[in-house]
Amino acid sequence: MSLLELDGVKVHFPVRKGVLFDRTVGHVYAVDGISLSVEAGQTYGLVGESGCGKTTLGRAVLRLVDVTDGSVVLDGTDVAKLSEKELRSFRRRLQMVFQDPLGSLNPRQNIESILSEGMAAHGIGANQEERREKIKEILAKVGLPTNALSRYPHEFSGGQRQRIGIARALVLEPDVIICDEPVSALDVSIQAQVINLLEELQESMGLTYLVIAHDLAVVRHISDVIGVMYLGSLVEEAPSDALYAEPMHPYTKALMSAVPVPDPEVEERRERILLHGDLPSPANPPAGCRFHTRCPWAQATRCATERPQLTDLGGGHKVACHFAREIADGTIVRAGDEPAASAAPADTAPADTAADAPAEIPAQATGERAETDRAEDAAPAEAKADGAEAPEAKADGAESDGAEADEAEDAAPADTAPAVAEADSAEADVVKADDAPKA
Amino acid sequence: MPLLTVDELTVTFGGRGRKDVRAVNGVSFTVDQGQVVGLVGESGCGKSVTSLALMGLLPAKGVTLGGRADFDGTDLLTLSPRRMRDMRGRDLAMIFQDPLSSLNPVVPVGVQVTEILQRHRGLKGEAARKEAAHLLDRVGIPDPNRRLKEFPHQLSGGMRQRALIAMAVACAPRLLIADEPTTALDVTIQAQILELLKELVDQEGTALLMITHDLGVVAGLCDQVNVLYAGKVVESAARRELFAHPTHPYTHGLLGSIPRLDAPRGEPLHPIRGSINDQIAWADGCAFAPRCDRYEMDCLTGTPALTEPRAAGHQARCVNPVLATTEVPA
Repeated sequence: MSLLELDGVKVHFPVRKGVLFDRTVGHVYAVDGISLSVEAGQTYGLVGESGCGKTTLGRAVLRLVDVTDGSVVLDGTDVAKLSEKELRSFRRRLQMVFQDPLGSLNPRQNIESILSEGMAAHGIGANQEERREKIKEILAKVGLPTNALSRYPHEFSGGQRQRIGIARALVLEPDVIICDEPVSALDVSIQAQVINLLEELQESMGLTYLVIAHDLAVVRHISDVIGVMYLGSLVEEAPSDALYAEPMHPYTKALMSAVPVPDPEVEERRERILLHGDLPSPANPPAGCRFHTRCPWAQATRCATERPQLTDLGGGHKVACHFAREIADGTIVRAGDEPAASAAPADTAPADTAADAPAEIPAQATGERAETDRAEDAAPAEAKADGAEAPEAKADGAESDGAEADEAEDAAPADTAPAVAEADSAEADVVKADDAPKA
Repeated sequence: MPLLTVDELTVTFGGRGRKDVRAVNGVSFTVDQGQVVGLVGESGCGKSVTSLALMGLLPAKGVTLGGRADFDGTDLLTLSPRRMRDMRGRDLAMIFQDPLSSLNPVVPVGVQVTEILQRHRGLKGEAARKEAAHLLDRVGIPDPNRRLKEFPHQLSGGMRQRALIAMAVACAPRLLIADEPTTALDVTIQAQILELLKELVDQEGTALLMITHDLGVVAGLCDQVNVLYAGKVVESAARRELFAHPTHPYTHGLLGSIPRLDAPRGEPLHPIRGSINDQIAWADGCAFAPRCDRYEMDCLTGTPALTEPRAAGHQARCVNPVLATTEVPA
C-alpha cells in the first residue's frame, strides 16, 4: 500500500455562460482520469507543459479544488470524501510549497508569525515558547539564520524566501509535501541550492514529495518516479532512469528532444523532434488519443478513435500509446522519415505532413487549425482536400487501401461536434474556428 | 570590422534622492555580420539594461550612459531621438521576452505589423497588407490573412512570439536583439522558436545578439558567448571553448548548478553559494569574490583585468582562474 494513492481523479471546471440564466455550456477537462501512487520516502515527479493540468492535480490532492470524480487516498483516508471540518485538521498531513516565494508569504507578517500560525491552528506546541524552539530548529535545517524570526519576507532574497516556504511546510510535520514548481522562479545558481536542500531534507527526515514542474531536467534530478502529463492525463510513467534511457511515448520523446543541454557537442549531435502547433484546449480535447493531433507517429487506425490506457510494458514503465511497442521496434516510423523495408506504405501520411506541403492549401489550413484548439475540424476538410486533389484517392478509400483517405474516414465519425462533421465546406470550418476562442 | 562594437558601456540609474545604481559597469563586446552572440547571466547582471541602452529605449531622465556603442560607424548612445527612431526597426530590431505585453492588446496584429512597413518602407494599403501576410507566413504562422485581423489575445503564446519576430525582421535589420525570447514559452514551443531564429540568421545573414539566462539555449545557438556578472563581462569565448573549458569560477559554477538531462542521475548539484546580493563594488575587487570558492586576498585589490589565461581569444576576468579541465566545482 502506497502512502498516497490517486485513482481515476478527474477535475472538470464548468464553463458558464449567460447573465440571467447561469447555464453550463461545457467543461474544461483540466484533469481527466489520473491514477498514480506515491511511495513513502520517495519523490514522484509530475512533468508537463503549461495547461496540461499538473497544477490542478496538485491542488486536487490538497483539495484546494474539489475533485469531480475519483479518489485521493492518503494513508487509508480518502481526502476527496472528508467533510470540511475533518479536512481542516487533515490538511496538516499534506503541505504545499508554492511557485512564487514572495506571493505566497504575507508581506505584513514576520517569519515567526508566518511559521507559527499553522502550528497554533493544528495544536502543535503548548505555547509560543515551545513553537519558537521548534521553528528555530527547522530554520537551521533549511539554512536560515535564527535572527530571521523577527524579519519580514521582503528582507530576504528569492532563494531564502523559498526556504521559508519549505520551512512553513516542514513545521507541521506533514506526510507528503507537494512542491508546485519549487524552483522555476529562481536563478540557476539558486535553483541548485534549493534542489540540494530538498534532497538533503528528504534524506535526513524521510520526507515524501510530489514535485510538479515543467523543467524535465530538474524533475529527473530529484524524482524516483516520473509521470508525464499531456492535456489532463498521464501519457507515460516510469522510474526516472528508465524514462530517460528510453522514452516510449511520442510526446515524451518530443519533450526530451526539446530540452536544451548546456553542451555544444550534445546540441549539435542530437535530433530534435519538432512538434507542430500548440496544446489543444482542455475544454475541447481531441477524441481518441489526446496527442494524436500533434503526434509525428500518428497512425490511420485507432489513434483518432480510441483512447489509449496506461499499460505496463515491463519494469514499471507504463505508456498510454497504442503503438508504443511498434515505435520502439522501429516498425512504425515518424512522418517524413524513410519507412523501414517492411513498414507501412509511404502514403501513411498523418495530418502533420499534409500541413507541411504548401501546395495543398485546404489541407494546410486544417493541419494548423490544431493551433486554435479545433483539431477535430481537420477531419472533414481533409476529406475534402483529398477529394478535390485526387478523385481516385476516394475510390482507393472505398477499397480500403488508400491510407490517407482511410484516415480521414476514420476521423470523421469520431468528431465530437456533429455540426462540424456535417460541415463539408472549408468556410464553415473557419467560422467554427473563429468562434472557438470566444467560447 | 565588426558590425557592432560596444566599448566600456556603463548605465547608471540615479536621481530621486537615492544612491546611484550602476546596472551596467563597463561592458565591452563585438558582434560581427551574421554572427550570433550570446549575453548570458542571471537576473540583475545587467544583460537586459545593456540591450535597452543599445536600442535607445531607456528613459532620458535619471539615466546616465557612458562608453560607446559603435554600430557601423554611428554611436548609438549619442544619437538624437529622431535619428534613433529612423534606425530602430530598420537597422536594429528587438524581440522581447513577454510576447503578450509587447503587443498592443487593443490593436489587431495586422495593424501592428503594417505600421512598421509604413514607417520604414513606405508601403501603403493593399501592398502593406500583402507584405504583412507574407511576413507572418515566413515565420510559420498558418492562415496569415485571418491572423492579421485578430487581436493578440486570440493568438497562442508561440504564435505571438512568431508575430513579434515577424515585426522585428520586417525591414531586414542588420542586427537583431533578442531579450530572453523563449523564457515565457514551453520547451516544445521554445524549440520551434529557436529553430526559426536559426533559420533567419542562416538565410538573411542577420547578426543576432541573444540575451538569455539559459546556458542550454546558448549551447545550441551562439557562436560567441559573453558571461555577465554584476554589470561586467567576466568571461568571453567561442561557444565550444567556453563550454569545454569554463575558466571563470562563476561560469564554472553556473555549469555545475544546472541539472542536465543527459548526466548520470544521483550526482548532487554544485550550487554557487550565497546570492547576487552578496557582492562587493568592482572598484574594490572582484564582485564575485564573496561567493567564490577560489577566493584569495589578491581578489580584493582593484578590478581584475580581462586576461587570456587559457587560450587566445578566451578572455576571463579573474586573478585565480580555473585552468585544470578535470577540476570539479566544489
